[in-house]
Amino acid sequence: MAKPMPITPNLDQLESGPWPSFVTGLKRLAQSEDKHYSTMMKDLLGQLELSYKTRKGFWKGGLVGVFGYGGGVIPRFSEVADQFPGCREFHTLRIMPPAGMHYDTKTLRALCDIWERHGSGLIALHGQSGDIMFQGADTEHVQAAFDEFNEFGFDLGGAGAAVRTSMSCVGAARCENSCYDEAKAMRKMVNAVLDDMHRPSLPYKFKFKFSGCANDCVNATHRSDMALLGTWRGDMQVDQAEVKKYIAKNGRKWAIDQVVTLCPTNALSLNDDDTLAVDNRSCVRCMHCLNVMTKALQPGKERGLTILVGGKATLKIGAQMGTVVVPFMRMETEEDYDKLVELGQTILDFFADNALEHERTGEMIDRIGLVNFLEAVGLDLDPNMVNHPRTCSYVRMDDWDEEVAKWNARKSGAKAAAE
Amino acid sequence: MAELRRPTESGVPDPMKFMHPVLKKNYGNWLWHDRPRPGVLHHVAKSGDQVWTVRAGTARQLDVYTIRKLCDIADQFAEGHVRFTTRANIEYMVGSESKVKPLVEKLEAEGFPVGGTGNSVAMISHTQGWLHCDIPGTDASGVVKALMDVLYHEFKNEEMPNRVKITTSCCQINCGGQGDIAINVQHTKPPKINHDLVSNVCERPAVVARCPVAAIRPAMVNGKPSLEVDEKKCMCCGACFPPCPPMQINDPVNSKLAIWVGGKHSSTRSKPTFHKLVVAGLPNNAPRWPEVAEVVLNILKVYKADGRPWERMGEWIERIGWPRFFEMTGLPFTKFHIESWRGGRSSLNASSQVRLG
Repeated sequence: MAKPMPITPNLDQLESGPWPSFVTGLKRLAQSEDKHYSTMMKDLLGQLELSYKTRKGFWKGGLVGVFGYGGGVIPRFSEVADQFPGCREFHTLRIMPPAGMHYDTKTLRALCDIWERHGSGLIALHGQSGDIMFQGADTEHVQAAFDEFNEFGFDLGGAGAAVRTSMSCVGAARCENSCYDEAKAMRKMVNAVLDDMHRPSLPYKFKFKFSGCANDCVNATHRSDMALLGTWRGDMQVDQAEVKKYIAKNGRKWAIDQVVTLCPTNALSLNDDDTLAVDNRSCVRCMHCLNVMTKALQPGKERGLTILVGGKATLKIGAQMGTVVVPFMRMETEEDYDKLVELGQTILDFFADNALEHERTGEMIDRIGLVNFLEAVGLDLDPNMVNHPRTCSYVRMDDWDEEVAKWNARKSGAKAAAE
Repeated sequence: MAELRRPTESGVPDPMKFMHPVLKKNYGNWLWHDRPRPGVLHHVAKSGDQVWTVRAGTARQLDVYTIRKLCDIADQFAEGHVRFTTRANIEYMVGSESKVKPLVEKLEAEGFPVGGTGNSVAMISHTQGWLHCDIPGTDASGVVKALMDVLYHEFKNEEMPNRVKITTSCCQINCGGQGDIAINVQHTKPPKINHDLVSNVCERPAVVARCPVAAIRPAMVNGKPSLEVDEKKCMCCGACFPPCPPMQINDPVNSKLAIWVGGKHSSTRSKPTFHKLVVAGLPNNAPRWPEVAEVVLNILKVYKADGRPWERMGEWIERIGWPRFFEMTGLPFTKFHIESWRGGRSSLNASSQVRLG
């Protein structure tokens, strides 16, 4: 006789209302009596209902993995398996999606079929780090599930003290604001450090994230140890005829209130003939005016990215944003992309060798100071790295002259290179 | 025993083979875009090619039946290609405008709301919660479902001053991230220690090192090596719980929910910001968290009425000032709103600029 559906008065209340209900989905899996996961999902619902009733979680971690890798599987064992034996083991496989999360339906269906054969039929699209999360395999089926995903062209993502699965925005695939090839940069970078993803041996996690412009659609600034944000050098492109059309349609007050005065560095003004005057040397590439007048304004022609390092969530010293370590890196030729990967590897290696256990990159930089970090990874100082220079005089400066000489040598070197 | 298969270390899959053909053809060569209606984007390439994208909300935690249904819709009403956004929306791309309306109608008929673009309230980013996390103070998918039910209109329409990104996190690590509005667990009592288990389960020096305020020290309890917490120092963050599950931080009554506002990821107009505390002490009231929903709706109502076009939540508050924010929302301002860590003085008002009445 089939195992009865659990009584779930709390979860039932999450089936009403207009938004799609995950509870309805869980029940559908549980009610698939012809599938091997039916019992597992009935007990999963039972355990989840118990959490709703007691307001407590009942999962503990452990050690589960696949042959040849040290991470990428999130082990979950039920602490109430005596009541819910079907979900005694309910592990997640983190699988990396195609960059930009593009799929054809054939591929999505095939992923579903694999997961029905080996797991629970429950899939999160996607986790906060950007993984496809195949949730709910018992220990015995983890290897077989991975083997099929892997044969199909997919690979495990990161977990634990490792390089984590990365994300890139839709970018060049569908966005006019894309300032580099986000998917290409992401794949080149992550695929160059897969050993540090699949065999966790770093002090703690390390995340790369790739956004094509300052709108930062993958939240790289706050959410990654190394954030790559698209930008450009030189003048932004202005189609004055289109500017005039926008103003003819929306009015001058609109142009002043919603475009000109919202420029954070007062780099815009409206000319008497309803064209836009741009002070490009003051522009900080914030994207606001481009977002408003998509048809009239475009990023400049020399494109690249700004690199920020050190973003992270609260643990353990409070949330941090990344800060600028490279104001502009050109991203046009293959060599430019190789140079980016090289820098990423240098920063990752320095983190691996110098961070304390469970210390993130941002915390490490707090401890050693930005200047030591920059010197160690071979990056030049730049005033773009600070909001403002030092305000406190308590610092030893007896090699001031040497530092000035370094700056001057760099400046004259750059000038000579430009000539 | 059968020989184990060695993994093919293939890494991140190439998106090109999965991508909609118009996107692939015009890769890196897009010119401009507009939004014909909420939930629909229209992009024009330099080649003159056009693509329409229809964005729909999902539960994020999807069963295979639902994913297949989404695929059926893609095959019958779109062109067989989809992508997902960072906030768990599905996007269907079509090469002709005539396909948009039938696709929107089909998605709506199947219960997938079309929206989440522009100045709408976007899908709430969320974590794993009771469904799959090992340290959750609350659920994630349930909180999101309950809130999106009451924010349904705001997802489907673009009526806010600017986009609103809401996040939830089921512990204070805040995996949900920074948000215009963030709804996060806030513990209010120190961990309860099961001293019988500590020495077997926990690597004690690592747990001592994990505490942000050095409140944990090794101790012998009932003749067994364990850990003790200086409860005067402890600020109940729960950082010790993941490496040492016998230090139970979650509590059905004392693990509360707090609401923070004004976080922003982008460098657009203003620089990125962290969200700031506005309300704490809300009950973890599963299955629908009505007290949380009430506060969120109230904040959104005030912002919607008073924010100027393009002002994100934090930018709006920056303009009107915190006194007016607390006044307009009717929320109390307490000693807990004032930063108390060493570097926190930089968040104080060091000027004579005050806002009076």
